Amino acid sequence: MSLDSKIPSGPMALRWSKHKQDSKLINPKNKRKYTVIVVGSGLAGSSAAATLSELGYKVKCFCFQDSPRRAHSIAAQGGINAAKNYQNDGDSVHRLFYDTVKGGDFRARESNVHRLAEESVNIIDQCAAQGVPFAREYGGGLANRSFGGAQVSRTFYARGQTGQQLLLGAYSALNKEVARGGVEMHTRSEMLEVVVVDGHAKGIITRNLMTGKIEAHAADTVLLCTGGYGNVFYLSTNAMGCNVTATWRAHRKGAYFANPCYTQIHPTCIPVSGDYQSKLTLMSESLRNDGRIWVPKNKADIGKPAAQIPESDRDYFLERKYPSFGNLAPRDISSRAAKDACDAGLGVGPGGRGVYLDFAEAIGQFGQKTIAERYGNLFDMYEKITGESGYKQPMRIYPAVHYTMGGLWVDYNLMSSLPGLHVLGEANFSDHGANRLGASALMQGLADGYFVIPTTIAPYLVTQTPGSVTTSHPEFTKALEDAQGRTNKFLNVKGKRSVDSFHRELGLLVWDKCGMARDKAGLTEALKRIPELREEFWSNVKIPGSGAAANPELEKAGRVADFMEFAELLCHDALDREESCGGHFRTEHQYDDGEAKRDDENYCYAAAWEHTGDLSKPKLNKEQLTFEEVHLSVRSYK
Amino acid sequence: MSLLNLQLKVWRQNQGQPGHFQDIQALEIPDHASFLEMMDIVNERLIQDGGDPVAFDHDCREGICGMCSMTINGIAHGPEKATTTCQLHMRKFRDGDTIWVEPFRAKAFPVVKDLMVNRSAFDRIQQAGGFVTVRTGAAPDANSILVGKEVADAAMDAAACIGCGACVASCKNASAMLFVSAKAGQLNSLPQGQPEKNRRTLGMVRQMDKEGFGNCTNQYECEAACPKEISVRWITKLNRDYALASAKEAFVGVKEHAEGGD
Repeated sequence: MSLDSKIPSGPMALRWSKHKQDSKLINPKNKRKYTVIVVGSGLAGSSAAATLSELGYKVKCFCFQDSPRRAHSIAAQGGINAAKNYQNDGDSVHRLFYDTVKGGDFRARESNVHRLAEESVNIIDQCAAQGVPFAREYGGGLANRSFGGAQVSRTFYARGQTGQQLLLGAYSALNKEVARGGVEMHTRSEMLEVVVVDGHAKGIITRNLMTGKIEAHAADTVLLCTGGYGNVFYLSTNAMGCNVTATWRAHRKGAYFANPCYTQIHPTCIPVSGDYQSKLTLMSESLRNDGRIWVPKNKADIGKPAAQIPESDRDYFLERKYPSFGNLAPRDISSRAAKDACDAGLGVGPGGRGVYLDFAEAIGQFGQKTIAERYGNLFDMYEKITGESGYKQPMRIYPAVHYTMGGLWVDYNLMSSLPGLHVLGEANFSDHGANRLGASALMQGLADGYFVIPTTIAPYLVTQTPGSVTTSHPEFTKALEDAQGRTNKFLNVKGKRSVDSFHRELGLLVWDKCGMARDKAGLTEALKRIPELREEFWSNVKIPGSGAAANPELEKAGRVADFMEFAELLCHDALDREESCGGHFRTEHQYDDGEAKRDDENYCYAAAWEHTGDLSKPKLNKEQLTFEEVHLSVRSYK
Repeated sequence: MSLLNLQLKVWRQNQGQPGHFQDIQALEIPDHASFLEMMDIVNERLIQDGGDPVAFDHDCREGICGMCSMTINGIAHGPEKATTTCQLHMRKFRDGDTIWVEPFRAKAFPVVKDLMVNRSAFDRIQQAGGFVTVRTGAAPDANSILVGKEVADAAMDAAACIGCGACVASCKNASAMLFVSAKAGQLNSLPQGQPEKNRRTLGMVRQMDKEGFGNCTNQYECEAACPKEISVRWITKLNRDYALASAKEAFVGVKEHAEGGD
């Protein structure tokens, strides 16, 4: 199948307006006849479900948590970008577009990014009107802060919990529509399968996590808003329940998976403390506005209290290497610089995998009270986890897996290669290229849900007769049987090892061979070991209890089984991409100074992988990326 | 790092059946582990020994999603102030301690299994008015709605509620007043929330009563247990807003689409 990205023609700045103008409309009376399934209730899912319901569509929304408000968007701390230029510092839609394309290391689709930058301003208006308590100045206007990868101050925030506040805004809009009867909400419901009828996604199979009941739901189109796959690494900053199941199941049914190797490592996380560790905790990179990152210059100073190391013996390595961006250098660059320092034996803290994030200077300049106002909850969180105070001594940080830029391939209308299946937010691949800038994930989730899909869903729906497929169709019967069969298969293995032990082993392997730095030998080895581990999983996993009641071990087993398959595709993609760009760093491809070496001549494409039925032989489809506005250049932050 | 040997007394229950406490030894627990990581270790051993692992709710494990919900030694989220269960670390306990672990108990939070409870009543309360009716795309420029910093900061204090239900679990009456007052209070104190203020207040309070939460008798256990330190002064505000809305309803009635403020 050829990839038609359906990018509108004409000047970049006018494409989205033109596309909206050209898109088919459905009259209000007919909208009521269409049913839309939304899987996931994070920023993308909640905003899409609420807005589509406002427009008149019948919406069914599903989440595995006990309330839509708990989706992992809730945990985003720092902020959301928007080209409002309220600071009068020269920001514009074009500049946000430019920064995002460059920040994505020239592997994003320009037209999508421009649309994202255009919609950014509407998001802020929408959220403010909902009562999202953004930070404000004394005059009552909105406040901004600066963030990595930008030289203007365009980030809106709500203390250190911007994600929670934006999600509560979208959740309130969703509640308004649930109350009105436009949205039917299904909580504690996990999607197990996409149902495809005559080549179109027409429904899903779910498991009720309280009763174990497996159910079928039909619709005219399905939206996956199910987030990223960072938990393939086991340890990540994602919530424990985040999983690849929805997108992976869709992939197996015909949706191409694009650029899985673009995984973002976040520079400011709390270092690992032991092998019982279940997740890593991120601290907002907004901390880098006031904190200075350093390691001792001399190995002899490692282990000494930080205060006893004089200024002259400290290496503020980001400020030294990247003088114009300093501690605000983009995430991938900052992460690798920290890894390099630790690889050189200069890391601090237990295990030597940590660098200092020091607020002494900022506290001296602004006072502890101001710093506490800006980041109080982050300092509290750090102290709870480590038992140390960031006010009294420098914090210790180390990079951790945080966000995944890859995802299901979508066209300009956010439709995947499986007709009728739309993919929004982190679950798709389109807007961040090989690296996502800070405060851009919230922007994308809400742009897709509030402003893009409400327009771009219609061109598909007008081609469909509403309600033409119901759950009595044989494909639904078959999908229900398959899902039940898979549940029984898990329970019947009756092996010796817990699901978590397999997940941990897979995660360590993928982190080791396909983490912050990758090479051919390591990836080849991972591709050999993943299928072996998968085989052991299916012959030796132990799942207590039954499928006919709440059973958290069974839920985890389903997710880990899909990670076991997905991990192989991740490594295939990383092996295939013989260049370094953004979150994908191949040690074979770097400049003498250790900077990533991109290969635009051979790899300026999105790799859209097709499932062939043989996990060891996925088929590569390429979408060539063209750069008309932002010219391909080496991404320098020096 | 040191290791702790603990005696757990954990509540076990299947949906719709009576529950009981089970004695579980938790040996050699690293003191840097979080409380939930301690439970992970316990479950891993239960699975190895052919037992039934303890079901509990959890997700983000960074204190913001509000999913984790354990009553530890009689206190919702355990002994540390302003801390969710997932952020409670074992260094706060001593070797040899006996720890009682129970679900968030309330009539309106039925037990699903063991330590998992159903808190969907909170969603229904918010569906009864916890929003500003603004259609996507119909918003004015964000800076055309000015909100003084003090008002914005106060609204943010209320908005910090993570909807975990510790306030309910800690209250002898299982009252949800702290939760409802924070949710209503955030919007009722902002200019964006004024047009629907009365309707919101009446709707949310009545849904709360319908769900079977108890009355508030001003003991303030809720504030002490709240991991986000939501202040009980929001309850005062809700009582005031409710009195005004009820009076207005009695004298002029609250129409389905109310015309506006107080």
